[in-house]
Amino acid sequence: MSDLTKLTIAEARDALRKGDTTSVELTEACLTAIEGADALGAFVHKTPEIAMDRAKAADERIKAGDAPAMCGIPVGIKDLFCTEGVDSQAASKILEGFKPKYESTVSGQLKDAGAVMLGKLNMDEFAMGSSNETSVYGNAVNPWRAEGSAEALTPGGSSGGSASAVAADLCLAATGTDTGGSIRQPAAFTGIVGLKPTYGRCSRWGIVAFASSLDQAGPMTKTVRDAAIMGQAMMGHDPKDSTSADRAVPDFEAMLTGDIRGKVIGIPTEYRMDGMPAEIEALWEKGAEMLQDAGAELRQISLPHTKYALPAYYVIAPAEASSNLARYDGVRFGYRAKLDQGDGITEMYEKTRAEGFGAEVKRRVMVGTYVLSAGFYDAYYNRARKVRALIKRDFDMVFAEGVDAILTPATPSAAFELGQSFDDPVQMYLNDVFTVTVNLAGLPGISVPAGLDAKGLPLGLQLIGRPWEEGDLLNTAYALENAAGFVAKPGKWW
Amino acid sequence: MSIDTATAAKVAKLARIKVEEEDLPALAQEFNAILGFIEQLNELNVDDVEPMTSVEPMRLKRREDVVTDGNQPEKVLANAPDAREGFFAVPKVVE
Repeated sequence: MSDLTKLTIAEARDALRKGDTTSVELTEACLTAIEGADALGAFVHKTPEIAMDRAKAADERIKAGDAPAMCGIPVGIKDLFCTEGVDSQAASKILEGFKPKYESTVSGQLKDAGAVMLGKLNMDEFAMGSSNETSVYGNAVNPWRAEGSAEALTPGGSSGGSASAVAADLCLAATGTDTGGSIRQPAAFTGIVGLKPTYGRCSRWGIVAFASSLDQAGPMTKTVRDAAIMGQAMMGHDPKDSTSADRAVPDFEAMLTGDIRGKVIGIPTEYRMDGMPAEIEALWEKGAEMLQDAGAELRQISLPHTKYALPAYYVIAPAEASSNLARYDGVRFGYRAKLDQGDGITEMYEKTRAEGFGAEVKRRVMVGTYVLSAGFYDAYYNRARKVRALIKRDFDMVFAEGVDAILTPATPSAAFELGQSFDDPVQMYLNDVFTVTVNLAGLPGISVPAGLDAKGLPLGLQLIGRPWEEGDLLNTAYALENAAGFVAKPGKWW
Repeated sequence: MSIDTATAAKVAKLARIKVEEEDLPALAQEFNAILGFIEQLNELNVDDVEPMTSVEPMRLKRREDVVTDGNQPEKVLANAPDAREGFFAVPKVVE
């Protein structure tokens, strides 16, 4: 078979089961593609030996007829996931050299299902960023370029390496994590599918924590069907994460009928932002028409607290981060600063953290420290948590009125150029304007590639679903994917 | 609410992150930009709203109060920058 790396998970699974190819062949093809793609900066720790061992084991399992859907499928793992014996440093200097003695639940579930890990993928440091530019490894680069331009574009962030790797066919799929849009925004920037499940669906155990009430892992794949297959393998209850939901995970793939007749799709008025590019607005309208043509009913809805989502997020996420990142103290793992004569333990903490964290991480840790500090806790942190309750109530009300899913743009623009300097950090935060509400409300959301802009760059649409109804959400996304017929691929320049 | 360099220094200290004296004004300015953005939250009346504690109303699971693992000091210490004789080593804490 030719072009093995271009296969979807579903195609590869079927080919493996029929004996048309082997996991070893698939894995070798991906490893070759990865070797030739250093210019993308996607894979930051390559694990070819582990990959070949797992591929051989997967082939045995397939031969024995004991093969779950992910068995033998080569995937990439975001650097945020702890992987046993393999560097896991959340793209931060402060975790330099950290090789966990344990495996995260999600990557462990994929491993147990027979998936083949090709290596670890680039990301923004501690998942804080929207352009993959805060990584200690350097930038991940988008395989897409604007027509007639050789300018390097961001793959988005924080799961930028995952997005770049999947879009460039270096792996069949990848894991991502999403705290404010970190799966959906990079998926939209690279023309792939990204699913953020309901909060509590995927165990957070063994995933380096950023903001624990918002963090959620999910699949980044070439198709909606693949998101269903891989998502199912990643989800499930885990006693090691007390917020992990003890709910059965349905067979999502079996729910992909493409039939959405009678479904009610909400179009939120507040997502029509001032200064939104006309192309994004046109794509959004086209997406709504496609769903209507497929038999869904469109309904204008109101989510009145939308504009307060980003400011609330930029209180809650830094507050939780400042607490979670307190563990990086130079004692138990990772980097410790060189100390001067007479330095005590406080100097060790302060120098280690000053040298080990990058600028954006330090900024957020300190903002979080400030909003939690005595005298400001009520004014900032508690107020933000109250606003969060209002944002969730907005969604509860529209779902109670019979809305099945909500359609919005995924991002306010297509992929932008790397190296743009923003005068103030808030400019970069605006990337998450359409995605962050979903994390605050704990809902499932999916980004589906839906078209190209005038420069030939991919644009995505987001669907937001009811809590725990990923199956229904995936089916609506499947209908949208079928109607949009997005098949464009980036031209190979790397 | 505007943050001055003294407040920025205090926050850096609380966060245990060393910030050089000459970098404090720029840091204070960044804080002010971010906090200015956050100030929008004051437009809302939240008097009768309970702060969210859990995004999905579910009771946290309890587990049996039993030892689930242990006896693996080598694994625990394996990633330490400085480990000696079964302990994490740090600069002198008590004089």
